[in-house]
Amino acid sequence: MAKRNDDLVIAAILCKWCSYAGADLAGTSRVKYPENVRVIKVPCSGRVSPRFAIKALYEGADGVLISGCHPGDCHYSEGNMRARRRMFTFKTLTEFMGIEEERIQMSWVSASEAAKWKSVVEDVLDTVNRVGRNIIFEDGNE
Amino acid sequence: MLRIGVFVCHCGNNIAGRVRVEDVAKAAADFPGVLYSTTSMYMCSSEGQGLITDMIKKHNLTKIVVASCSPNLHEKTFRGLAEKNGLNYYSVEIANIREQVSWVHDDIDKATEKAIDIVRMAVAKVSHGRPLKKRSVKVTKRALVIGGGIAGIQAALDLADAGFKVTMVEKEPTIGGKMAMFDKTFPTLDCSMCILTPKMVQTRDHENIELLTFSEVEELDGHVGEFNAKIRKKTRYVDEELCIGCGACEKVCPVKTESTFNQGLVKRKAIYFDFPQAVPKVPRIDNDKCIKCGACAKVCPKKCIRYNQKDEIFKRTFGVVIVATGSEIFDDSAYGEYGYGKIPDVITSLQFERMLVAGGPTDGKVLRPSDGKVPKSVVFIKCVGSRDEKKGYPYCSRVCCMYTAKHVLLLNEHHPGTDIYVFYIDIRSFGKNYEEFVKRVQDETGALYLRGRVSRIFDRDGKLHVFGTDTLTGNQVKVDADMVVLANGLVPAKSTRKIARVLNLSKDTHGWLNELHPKLAPVETATRGVFIAGTCQGPKDIPDAVASGSAAASRAMSILNHSSLELEPTIAHVNQFLCSGCENCFMACPFGAIEMVDYKDPNTKKIRRVAQVIESKCTGCGVCSSVCPVPAIDVSGFSAEDVFVEIEALGKGIRKNDAGIKTNGKKK
Repeated sequence: MAKRNDDLVIAAILCKWCSYAGADLAGTSRVKYPENVRVIKVPCSGRVSPRFAIKALYEGADGVLISGCHPGDCHYSEGNMRARRRMFTFKTLTEFMGIEEERIQMSWVSASEAAKWKSVVEDVLDTVNRVGRNIIFEDGNE
Repeated sequence: MLRIGVFVCHCGNNIAGRVRVEDVAKAAADFPGVLYSTTSMYMCSSEGQGLITDMIKKHNLTKIVVASCSPNLHEKTFRGLAEKNGLNYYSVEIANIREQVSWVHDDIDKATEKAIDIVRMAVAKVSHGRPLKKRSVKVTKRALVIGGGIAGIQAALDLADAGFKVTMVEKEPTIGGKMAMFDKTFPTLDCSMCILTPKMVQTRDHENIELLTFSEVEELDGHVGEFNAKIRKKTRYVDEELCIGCGACEKVCPVKTESTFNQGLVKRKAIYFDFPQAVPKVPRIDNDKCIKCGACAKVCPKKCIRYNQKDEIFKRTFGVVIVATGSEIFDDSAYGEYGYGKIPDVITSLQFERMLVAGGPTDGKVLRPSDGKVPKSVVFIKCVGSRDEKKGYPYCSRVCCMYTAKHVLLLNEHHPGTDIYVFYIDIRSFGKNYEEFVKRVQDETGALYLRGRVSRIFDRDGKLHVFGTDTLTGNQVKVDADMVVLANGLVPAKSTRKIARVLNLSKDTHGWLNELHPKLAPVETATRGVFIAGTCQGPKDIPDAVASGSAAASRAMSILNHSSLELEPTIAHVNQFLCSGCENCFMACPFGAIEMVDYKDPNTKKIRRVAQVIESKCTGCGVCSSVCPVPAIDVSGFSAEDVFVEIEALGKGIRKNDAGIKTNGKKK
């Protein structure tokens, strides 16, 4: 596998019940993972509008990770399923904007899955690394 | 004007060991709106809190960012502190630089850089945030206890004794749960039923307890103080009010079918009681098996058989909910090599337990299911489904070592001279008097404890050939046994999985319900006002289940004792002037918390339909906001603007790095 670019930045939009707590548990359990993620907490992955992803990429993030509770575990019954449908549809449109679909990713991480959080972060970084730094919105490219 | 104070915590060495906290404070001083920034050894200590208080006063700070541990730990502490000092409760943001930085990253430069970015984002969010006002709700002084096992019974009795009204909902026709199936309890060898039935009867007779058996909670919405439940009382086809529990109907019923309560060891009738001490002592007709012969109706002295009875729906409002839906045993058929389900004399521990019960299916005799004879040699295999990631679950089920020791002792007592072999991985006897009990069992019974697993069981010539290893001597072992008992681990009950869906409770990887904090909030859940007790949370023995039932009741009382409570204001709000009335949010809301109302447009003076949030139902998930095309609906505290400013701050961090100015002061 190609060496990962250390400068990549991933905006991770996490639901506060599962994925944020899972990331916290990684800390409590001292599970080490790459530094490149910056976490934004939201109540539910269903609250995540595609605008958030676009905004993050526009501001220079190389990738966006949206993570919520496992299907069937949503604190608000079905917000995560909405998020999945929405992001699935949205990803089919990103190409028209010149955004590689690899830059937007979804995962399920529960509050007890510290190790999974680590592997999700690493997977997302590897995938984003394949498409490289995000220069779509840099001056001259807009 | 913005006057933000940034307080960076060392947390001893927990943060400062991996993050240069002084650099973080220095960098924060340059962020827009920040007037003051500093560090302290322990921000949560009285000294740290004193520092924040002093600086709020000295610099007239209006907003605070604390860079410390996860907001799940001390957000309340610092928000409460701000409120005490005259600021809005929500004018504090936590930058999580411990759980999500110092504890997970080793590179000090990068960790410091990330910490600075996180503080920048928190500063941006707090500067954008508007003051919010908490909502107040009335508390309904009634508790819902779901599950009538020992944990639920304990919780209900504690609450009822304290003077609170309780509704207990049990899905089976009788309360008692798994404990009602047991013969004796370890390590005291108390008769399980003898200590349980008084509590069951108390539950039935308590003036503050409403008992709904053979009932299930189908829907639950609302919030702490006011949960609205829809409970279905399934039909028994018997009038519960009139029935005197004489059992005449059971005697005459001609149908015979498998008894689930007795683990399939005997047959039961189509109209039946699970066990003689059932509470309530009212039989149930199994409609799938009933042939409608009418024999029971003929003999019933009170004429209480009702073939046309329908399910009843109860709607109740509760202030708190306690979930005690329990566990069940692991399904042994995953272990094909043990032959469970194929070899009749390989049985589960619960079947063995039922055999030991004096009033049980075999009148207390241990008998081989194949030929009804008393076995001369019995092999117990522990950790079936537990501590085995390949076929079962990685966790220890906590009770199997002890109940197997009890089984060995009781088998020796019921049938002295039986050859007993126990295959184990470790013997875990952690409780009070547990280790002593296991020692006593080993000394008194002469049972041979073999450390190792069983690889295969063959059924040949009426004998069970058990092949295994003894890892202490390093030898292969073959035991010719008459019966094999599998010490099943525990798994969450199906009803536990079901109730988790109804109440939106979070589960762990294996389906056990999650507590709010494994150490400090063991019976609370992420939903305020919903508590968990007993084995729905994870394997527990009876003392632990009882303790957690009492704990849940006491935590519930701390809510029920209030006449009103303050709720988080982070719910949705509609800008009705902007709302186009498309009904997207109305259709998307999973809680039915949006209604369409008439609104008079101030410009056109015309009436149009717009969305409105029903505050008591809104949980603040924000699904509505993400489907609004305008957007006119948003969640306080997590508005699109709130998220945008955070993302912008994130972008600033990226651009700063790109410009070659490393935030830790080094040139790139």
